[in-house]
Parts: sequence; C-alpha cells; structure tokens
Amino acid sequence: MDIRIDKIRKEFGDFPALHDVSLNIRSGELIALLGPSGSGKTTLLRLVAGLEYPSQGRILFGEEDASWKSVQERNVGFVFQHYALFKHMTVFDNVAFGLRVRGSETRPPKAEIRRRVEELIDMVQLSGMEGRYPGQLSGGQRQRVALARAMAIEPRVLLLDEPFGALDAKVRKDLRKWLREFHDRTGHTTLFVTHDQEEALELADRVVVMSQGKIEQVGSADDIYDRPQSAFVFSFVGDSARLPVTVANGDVNFKGGATGLRTSVGNGEKHIFFRPRDIVLQDDGPAFEGRIVSMRRLAGARIAEIDAGLGEGAERVEIELPLGVPAEQGSLIRFLPHRFAIF
Amino acid sequence: MADQSTTPNRRDPVSEPAFVRWLLILICALFLALFLVVPLGTVVGRVVVAGWGSFVDTLSEHDTQSAIWLTLSVAALAVPFNLVFGIAAAWAIAKFEFKGKTFLTTLIDLPFSVSPVISGLVYVLLFGADTWLGPQLKAMGFPIIFAFPGIFLATVFVTFPFIARELIPLMQAQGTADEEAAISLGASGWQTFIRVTLPNIKWALLYGVLLCNARAMGEFGAVSVVSGHVRGKTETMPLHIEALYNDYATDSAFAVASLLAALALVTLILRTLLEMKFGAEVGNGRHK
Repeated sequence: MDIRIDKIRKEFGDFPALHDVSLNIRSGELIALLGPSGSGKTTLLRLVAGLEYPSQGRILFGEEDASWKSVQERNVGFVFQHYALFKHMTVFDNVAFGLRVRGSETRPPKAEIRRRVEELIDMVQLSGMEGRYPGQLSGGQRQRVALARAMAIEPRVLLLDEPFGALDAKVRKDLRKWLREFHDRTGHTTLFVTHDQEEALELADRVVVMSQGKIEQVGSADDIYDRPQSAFVFSFVGDSARLPVTVANGDVNFKGGATGLRTSVGNGEKHIFFRPRDIVLQDDGPAFEGRIVSMRRLAGARIAEIDAGLGEGAERVEIELPLGVPAEQGSLIRFLPHRFAIF
Repeated sequence: MADQSTTPNRRDPVSEPAFVRWLLILICALFLALFLVVPLGTVVGRVVVAGWGSFVDTLSEHDTQSAIWLTLSVAALAVPFNLVFGIAAAWAIAKFEFKGKTFLTTLIDLPFSVSPVISGLVYVLLFGADTWLGPQLKAMGFPIIFAFPGIFLATVFVTFPFIARELIPLMQAQGTADEEAAISLGASGWQTFIRVTLPNIKWALLYGVLLCNARAMGEFGAVSVVSGHVRGKTETMPLHIEALYNDYATDSAFAVASLLAALALVTLILRTLLEMKFGAEVGNGRHK
C-alpha cells in the first residue's frame, strides 16, 4: 500500500507539532522516522494511524483519502511503545482480539481464528506460550506478541512507535535483525519511530529525519550519513565537529585567514561541519589551528578535544588523531577536513 | 554509646527503635479497642443479653421490616446509579483534557466536605412544601420530600464520590494506550469499554461499590432531613434505630443496630477478602 502524506499540519492547542509535512512512501518500504523528542515523529505516526486527525492536509492510502477515516476504518497495525498488551488476556486472546471484535459478517469462524492466531504466534516464535499472560513474558516476548496482535487484522500498513525503546541492548540488536527479516518476509509497508540513529540507519530502507515538526531530510542511510543536507542532520546523525567560518566568493575563511577550502555556498557567516575522522593533519600552509585541551582513547583511535582559540566559552571541536601522531595535551594541532559541508 | 557499631542486635537503619514501634502499635490498638471494638461489642452484647427471642420479635415487627426493606431498596438503587455516574466521571476526568476539569474534580469531592445535614437540606429547599416545584410534583402523585425519591436523592448525593474517587487515580495511572490499542485493532467504543477498560478497573470498581454500598445503607444525617420519619413508610434502618432508642425500646434498637452492623461487617469482610486476594490491583486505585 502506497502512502502519501500531503502537506500535513497538526496543532495541539496553540502548539504546532507538524508544519506542512509531505512524504511519499512506496508499497513495501521500511521507513524510519528519526528525530529527537518533540520533533513530531510520533505525531506523524499517530496521524497515519488515525489516532489523531490533521489540522490541515491529507493522508492517502493508495488512491483513497484516509485523512478523516477513523482508526477502525483504516485497518492499520499499530505497535505501541510500551506494547499496551491487554494484561487480563492470554497471549492467544491478545492476538485473537482484532478478529473477535469484528462484526458477525466479517468475523472468521472460531476454527479459522484459532488457525490464524496459532500461525501468527508461530511466526513470532512464541509457540507454546499461548496460555501465558503478558506479565509472565520478557520484554522481547511482549514486543513480539504486540506485533503478532497488530498483524492479526491483516493491516494495510504496519506502524511501530519506538519498537525497541523499552528493551535492553542485547535484545534490541536481536529483535532489530528479526524485524528486518520479518518485514522482508511479509512485505508490509512499515513505518517506525525511533530516536536511535543506529537503529534507523541499520534497519530502514529510507530514513526520514525530523526536527521541530519538519522533515529535514529523507534518504537512504548512505544519503543521510554521507550527504547530510542541513546543519541539523549533520550534527544529529553521527559524530560531528563544527566551526564558524566566513565564506567570501567561494573561499572558506577561518578567523580572518584563508583555509584553502572552496565551497559553492553563498557569501556570509556560516558553519563548517565535518566528521571527526575526516581530517588531514597539516604541517604548513593554511589550516584550522588549535590546542589540544584533552585527549581520550576510543577503541582504535584517539579523540582530541581542540580549543580553536575562539574565546572563552566557545564550542570546542573533537577530531580523531591517527595513533602514530605524537601529540599531548597542549600540543598545537593544524588540520583540514577532507570532507565537509557548510551551512 | 561508644560501641554502638559493634552491637550485635543492629536494627534496620531506616526503622524506628523498637520501643517507638511498640508504642505506636499499642496506641493504635488501644484507640481502636476503646472507640470501635467496645461500642460494637456492646451492641452485640445487648442483643445477646436480651435473648434471641427479643431479637426475632423485633425483626418480625412490621416497622422494622419496612425499615430493612427501605434501606435495602435505596442502596439497591443508589449504588447502580452511582456506579454509572462514577465510571462516567472517572472516565471523563482520567482520559480527557477539558476546561474546568479541576473544578469538576473538586465538585465530586463536595459531599465529602459538606455536612450530611446540608446534603439533605438542599433537597428540602428544592422540593419542599414552600417551593414552586415541590407541591406541583406532589399533586402529580410524585412527592419527593418525606417520600422514597427524597431518600434516594439524599443517599445518592452523599455517596456519589465513593466510586469515582476510587477509579480516577487508577484510570489516570493506566492512561489510554490500552484503549487506543483496542480501537486500532478495530474494536468499537463499546467493545473497548467492555473488553478492555472494564477488566482493567474491575477490582477498584468493586471496592468502590462496596464502600458506596456501606455508606448508602448507613447514611443517617441527610436521609433524616428528607425522610419525615414516618414509621413503617419512610424510615430507613438508621432512622428506625434512633426512633426505637428514643422510645426507650432499647433492646429493639440494639437488635436492629446489630443487624445494620452485621450488614456493614459483611461489606468489610468482602473488602478484606478482596484486598487479600488481589492486594496489588485493589491497592493501585488507592495509592497511585
């Protein structure tokens, strides 16, 4: 099922949660909505589900305008952040819920419900646990029950709100892989919300980076990481360093001196962004210059925190030093990024 | 003092010394004995001394039976009424955001803070003989004051916070995720309520019903104002007890009193059983 989000606006009282958000999702895609808290990602997911109505704009499921359809009519599978399993029902009853509440004309016969529920429980690898209550399951198991329950209604879209948020690191990794396989097997159009960039980049076909109610960038993991299109995306996804620069006719100047870097960005006060590891140390010639304030060891590299002499309280930059380079606290470091972006 | 750290009998670091704990328990027990057990024991004692025959005699009197019947019917009507109101109010307060929510919450607590006499009096002021409405309704064959409807209204007024109060904190703590999950799976509002919301609140609800029922049967002040004390007609058990007592029919008064106490005791035992069996769930509604 293709989903088109067309200039959606959403306000809660006076608070604008989403401004003119548009997004096209192709059938079968696995999409991550990535952003810090308050970026509007959960609101967007809830709008697609029909748990909220938009203040303006349209949501299309295929050719059909679903903007004002109720949740029940939309037929979406929604997995809640804390799963919202019905604690007074067994695993079996939880999964069967969506089928049992159907009207008599669309409700499958009992035997058929049993068959389908068992099939789903088997698919999420919980066979033998049908009789357990949610309270008797681990976090990862609950998460899979929630998924099976959402899948039982044969949803047109699968929506997951922070699907791994409440799990510990190890289970998270396993479930992430498992969800990817599950998606590839079932082929459902899937949207999930996360604040964890690693999760988004690893799992999704395309990542939608959001900030303050707007979409900052949509793209594959490579696009987002290697070609960030805004200062926000650059600093939100992956480690980054930032320095203030002035652009004059394509020349990038730092503290009044030339750096030798060129850019197509227009003139003005800008910031240069680069990854801590994308630097080359310079012996002479124009470069960024600063003193090492502190150093720390991070697995195979050394990270140096550099004071570029921008004055008291100014932001410091972190760069990665190759292991062989002699440097200590107080050393003067001269470097140039070989990959960078200016915003 | 100096060797305190080596004392073998080290106490729990966050607890009080033993004598303080014992003192508190003792004070509590003495207080309960003096103010609860002794008086209640006296009631039962009087009945025992007066003999079984007197007890049966009292209970077979027409006026007594009428009082029992009236008390039970008022409770049987007032409790379901407040059940519906309590669920609706708790639902609205816990699950929706709207203006005047704090005001509504305060309003629900009103009967707790207002003297029961006033709770009764408001209906007299509304439907009494001096009002415009009262005589009209009476002429239509539907008297409110000094009749069953007045007693019912006064009882409802006094008891309506019990169920709502029990449910609000629990429903607030539970949030709306379960209901959202249910509707996202295609359940209608009613199905969601019956299959998801109600099971989530059932113990707190039962607890609230028991408290509400105990109060409905025992209410004296508010009912006294609106009842008119017509023997065999508008006297509930508490009123009947007082009337008997004022007539120096002490043994009869104690007989009815013991019956009313027994009804309350049944409620109390049910409550304790519920707490023992479903402690955590019942407790949820009270402390969160």
